[in-house]
Amino acid sequence: MTRRTMIEAIRDAMDVMMSRDDGVVVFGEDVGYFGGVFRASQGLQAKYGTSRCFDTPISELGIVGIAVGMAAYGLKPCVEIQFADYMYPAYDQIVSEAARLRYRSNGQFTCPLVVRMPTGGGIFGGQTHSQSPEALFTHVCGIKTVVPSNPRDAKGLLISAIEDPDPVIFLEPKRLYNGPFDGHHDRTVTPWSKHDLGEVDDGHFAIPLGSAAIRREGNAVTILAYGTMVHVAETAANETGIDAEIIDLRSLLPLDLDTIEASVKKTGRCVIVHEATLTSGFGAELCALVQTRCFYHLEAPILRVAGWDTPYPHAQEWDYFPGPARIGRALIETMEA
Amino acid sequence: MPDSDLTHDTMSPRREVAPSPAPAPLKLHVPEPAVRPGGTPDFSNIRIPRAGQVDRPSVDVDPEAIRDLAFSVIRVLNRDSEAVGPWAGALSDSELLEGLRHMMTLRAFDARMQMAQRQGKTSFYMQHMGEEAVSCAFRKALLPGDMNFPTYRQAGLLIAGGYSLVEMACQIYSNTHDPLKGRQLPVMYSSREHGFFSISGNLATQYIQAVGWAMASAIKNDTKIAVGWIGDGATAESDFHAALVFASTYRAPVVLNIVNNQWAISTFQGIARGGSGTFAARGLGFGIPALRVDGNDYLAVHAVAKWACERARRNLGPTLIEHVTYRVGAHSTSDDPAGYRPKTESDAWPLGDPVIRLKNHLIVRGAWSEERHKQTEAEILDTVISAQKEAESYGTLHSEQRPTARDMFEGVFAEMPPHLRRQRQEAGV
Repeated sequence: MTRRTMIEAIRDAMDVMMSRDDGVVVFGEDVGYFGGVFRASQGLQAKYGTSRCFDTPISELGIVGIAVGMAAYGLKPCVEIQFADYMYPAYDQIVSEAARLRYRSNGQFTCPLVVRMPTGGGIFGGQTHSQSPEALFTHVCGIKTVVPSNPRDAKGLLISAIEDPDPVIFLEPKRLYNGPFDGHHDRTVTPWSKHDLGEVDDGHFAIPLGSAAIRREGNAVTILAYGTMVHVAETAANETGIDAEIIDLRSLLPLDLDTIEASVKKTGRCVIVHEATLTSGFGAELCALVQTRCFYHLEAPILRVAGWDTPYPHAQEWDYFPGPARIGRALIETMEA
Repeated sequence: MPDSDLTHDTMSPRREVAPSPAPAPLKLHVPEPAVRPGGTPDFSNIRIPRAGQVDRPSVDVDPEAIRDLAFSVIRVLNRDSEAVGPWAGALSDSELLEGLRHMMTLRAFDARMQMAQRQGKTSFYMQHMGEEAVSCAFRKALLPGDMNFPTYRQAGLLIAGGYSLVEMACQIYSNTHDPLKGRQLPVMYSSREHGFFSISGNLATQYIQAVGWAMASAIKNDTKIAVGWIGDGATAESDFHAALVFASTYRAPVVLNIVNNQWAISTFQGIARGGSGTFAARGLGFGIPALRVDGNDYLAVHAVAKWACERARRNLGPTLIEHVTYRVGAHSTSDDPAGYRPKTESDAWPLGDPVIRLKNHLIVRGAWSEERHKQTEAEILDTVISAQKEAESYGTLHSEQRPTARDMFEGVFAEMPPHLRRQRQEAGV
């Protein structure tokens, strides 16, 4: 057990997998010699050589495109898109190629690759370093989408993602790299070294994809969240004093619907929180599933708290970001309904 | 070093510039083919050197030294059907006869499947008429384990690789024996065993994947190479350029083929090519050796393929090959070329017909005759018809014998996730 930041946990997961399986290769823009702009691959090239960890040209379609070919050959590429906001040129390779290769070739060719991307806002990154495109992946058949909220999960989920026989999109909330951001941008963030979830097992350990975690037990209302919003929701629950149960989804597809259903049936209320824009966001899917499964247990309409339907702004970042105050208001509204 | 006069002049703020006249209105340039329907076919703009004229450099040549090969056309068979020049001579009579049979088989299979589509036995078909030499000859330069990333007009790779015609027809019919379980559009074959990567149907996407596959082979210190395929029109996609960048940067053991058959559905090749002299010339900026070859000349395609594959296998890096050919038929069964090009254009195509050219060459060599050719044509037709009949015994698209609805839910993931299991239950399959 070692205290690690989320970046260190991610690096450790790749290190563990590269040492166990010489088919695991890591590459992307600035990923090789320098170790990535967030330093997730620092030291891996020195340890495993340039043919296992290397820099690529600035071409996201190229990065994912060669990864598809490599995965079809039999390697396990774990590639980095520098920011999720840059993934659009690679989207065709993800949607039309990686996601469908197993299906269309009837299993003759498969595509076991991981695409890591820093996601979400809160760092004054403006519209090109802040987006949360998870719903663009969950809508695609044939890929899995994972969003960890802490170092321990990041390592265990990334190891599962690399071991998975199918393509996995691994979205890393960049605001959480150094600590569990509670939604108050004007306060200092507690570092992961002082947080229980910064305790990360050494060596190989896997958290299965498709299992949610209950981060806070409660009886009054269920909050469904993932990534950064798990911590922001926790702040809102603490500040309103509402006895909320917080479910950290961890994996959006496959989704742990059983855990969600059990919680909502217990509390009778549900608030869904995500950083991504509201309309057609993953919250809409969750909302539909919860009402189908739990309709006769619901005491109040399901509410969604999300980013406004605008491009991610720069100066207005904290007006845009669904912080503890907005989540708190939704919690009160659902309790009063 | 002091500034040169020229630099000084250009940079000097004191220099007086004469006022420009009022700018003329700008005009957009949209390239047009030489002729449209109703006109007389004209290929005078296509420069075709005599057979045997282009040098054959050693495979480790400096790409800079062979830039001219991107603007010429490597040809072996001359007008008298003789094999001439430095690219001739690699294939024996029996290898050439086998090549002829492959091309004739592909042509016969195309004709039968085209007809089957018209009879409603399948939804769609794409034929190779005029382009048979490209994939049939290329296949013979490869070794077991090499991987093609083909487009939909390289079924010669399968036929020349010994793949079963029955399986091809079953895929086209989407029947109970379709190896792809009815999930793919007809002709989007896949056979790992035969070095034929699953065809996407999206254009160009697989060019960069071929580079990735080749890089993986190099990472694993394997000896296999990859081969990418793309059409003239699809070279305009970003994937093409990404493939050239990555292949160049990592010196991937890959051969990148451009099949320039002059037409991208209704769009003539000038729209994708723009101001560049040739498609092959695209490789020069990447430092990739680029060759143009007579795509209707079985011997030339094979010789160039061997050269490029040897480069890849000897770790010398990628090669770009432009196969100059002509799509004689329609783009697909959903297309009618009469709407965009003269009906007689294919007759005017200066590089002739690949089957007839190889046949005539074999006759000149004394290894073949018109009678044997006719006889073989009939034999091949029998073989194709019997394969077709067998495939039809397993069903055609609208028959009862087809992959089940249950099959539709399988294979999305290695293991079916809960939400798909629920949907399959809901569908009642």
